[in-house]
Amino acid sequence: MTIHRRGFVAALGTGAVVSTAGCSSGDTGGDGDQSAGSGSDETDDETGGESTDESVGVAGETLTLTTTTSTYDTGLLDAIHTDFEEMYGVTVDAVAQGTGAALETARNGDSDIVMVHARGLEDEFMRNGYGVNRRDLMFNDFVIVGPEDDPAGIQGTSSATDALTAIADAGEPFVSRGDNSGTHTKELNLWEAAGTDPGGDWYQETGSGMGEALNIANQQGAYTLSDRGTFISQRSEIDLTILVQGPIEDGPEILANPYGIMAVNPGVHDNANYDLAMAYIGWITSPAVQEAISEYTANGEQLFFPEAVSADPDFQQYVPEGWSSESGDA
Amino acid sequence: MPFEATVQSVPALLDAAAGPAASLLGVSFRDGYVGSIIAVSLYVSLTAVALSTLVSVPAAVAIGLAEFPGKGFVKSVVNTGMGFPSVVVGLVVLFAVSNQGPLGSLELIFTREAMIMSQFVLATPPITAISLAAVSGVDDGVRDAARVLGGTRVDVALVVIKEARYGIATAVLAGFGRAISEVGSVLIVGGNITSADGISKTRTLTTAIQLEARQGQYETAMVLGAVLVALVLTVNAIVVRFGDRGVAG
Repeated sequence: MTIHRRGFVAALGTGAVVSTAGCSSGDTGGDGDQSAGSGSDETDDETGGESTDESVGVAGETLTLTTTTSTYDTGLLDAIHTDFEEMYGVTVDAVAQGTGAALETARNGDSDIVMVHARGLEDEFMRNGYGVNRRDLMFNDFVIVGPEDDPAGIQGTSSATDALTAIADAGEPFVSRGDNSGTHTKELNLWEAAGTDPGGDWYQETGSGMGEALNIANQQGAYTLSDRGTFISQRSEIDLTILVQGPIEDGPEILANPYGIMAVNPGVHDNANYDLAMAYIGWITSPAVQEAISEYTANGEQLFFPEAVSADPDFQQYVPEGWSSESGDA
Repeated sequence: MPFEATVQSVPALLDAAAGPAASLLGVSFRDGYVGSIIAVSLYVSLTAVALSTLVSVPAAVAIGLAEFPGKGFVKSVVNTGMGFPSVVVGLVVLFAVSNQGPLGSLELIFTREAMIMSQFVLATPPITAISLAAVSGVDDGVRDAARVLGGTRVDVALVVIKEARYGIATAVLAGFGRAISEVGSVLIVGGNITSADGISKTRTLTTAIQLEARQGQYETAMVLGAVLVALVLTVNAIVVRFGDRGVAG
């Protein structure tokens, strides 16, 4: 249970992975005195008297990962993390929070890495300097689910915004997460795109996780917006059905649900375990692990589609969306 | 930590017992999962209550035996503390142990130690308040007799504690009940973490129940709820039995 986040000094084991990114790390004089992959056994005693004398790499350290309930609750992380833990001899503490809370925890320097799904919030996080080395990780999509008898008549609607407008016009119950999560953020964006200001008796903010929101919707015969992964893993327990598909099943692109991963900037929080975070990013975006993500299923269906490995460059994944050096917009 | 080791050996048995019982209900757990969350629950709550008791009982005796202006106000403050919402305590402890907080350098966030801190804050007011009521209820004659027989202040305090022992035991149990059943603060400061193989690091029975409920796995949540009730019942029975023995001997 000891945490050696400060004791990662001679991280030779991760040197190879880190070397791709180490050159961009801000050197704040804290733990940053490390030219990645240099291979020399220099021991930096900046650890304030803590005698964490780790001579071999990152073994024994703990990586604190804040992520979203929709990733965690599918069981994906437990399924793949054993591989990482054995490879590096480390422990991954995965903390499941809403996307907003996960980013806030990282902003306070209480986690080393974040895996979330709300690009707008991720961009803000990067622009404020808290996150570095963002990568696109994987995606699935959102679906609009509701009772089979579909009182608002949205089944087969090809536009997500039209479907929401129909629900609002019919005044049929709609369950909102209301918790500043990635799904909630997406839902609010959809309402905005639909030009409808949700409110009234039919619109219920529950402030709960996705699974709970699905259960509430199930019990009330209500509509809700769900990520496909959570819906699939819970489908056998509830009577709701998919009424508007996301892009995976040829639905509208606006329902795409991309997950990104970012290391906490060690230039802002010098206690962040940056080496291990970068090792993790290197590992999870590697072809083998991306393959493992695509093979992970629940109730016989694939939950996540990897998108980190590509022959084509995608520079937008590293920077806030739409950012370019020419515009000077930083 | 020998105490921790002792606590962790108990749940191995519970895990073995809980497995078949759970499977009857069509609920299955990974090996060692239930045992490890019971171990974390007991370790955190018992440690917090032990620390609270060390602070609360002397404080209650001191307040109960002393006469000073503002005593009524102090009692009111302690009684108010019984109503602290656990999420608020969790937030306060979070601010304290967060990297940005005053204790940030200790790196206590998402550890059992942080959970013990928040449960200590939660358990101390009820233990103090109920002990105080018990101490105040001790007949003045007992105190006077102890003094007349030449007892020092410490002797008087010990006599009063002995007289008030049932009340104090109730106080400790109330504190334990508050600690082991609360979910808000341990979720915030502990993070509800297990390792990838399902062994709890900071997951307690209450946060595990919350997790299952969040996913709509209500049967699983109910099984864990039953385990929690059984656990509290067991601890209460042990304390009561222990108390009776103490009287007999």
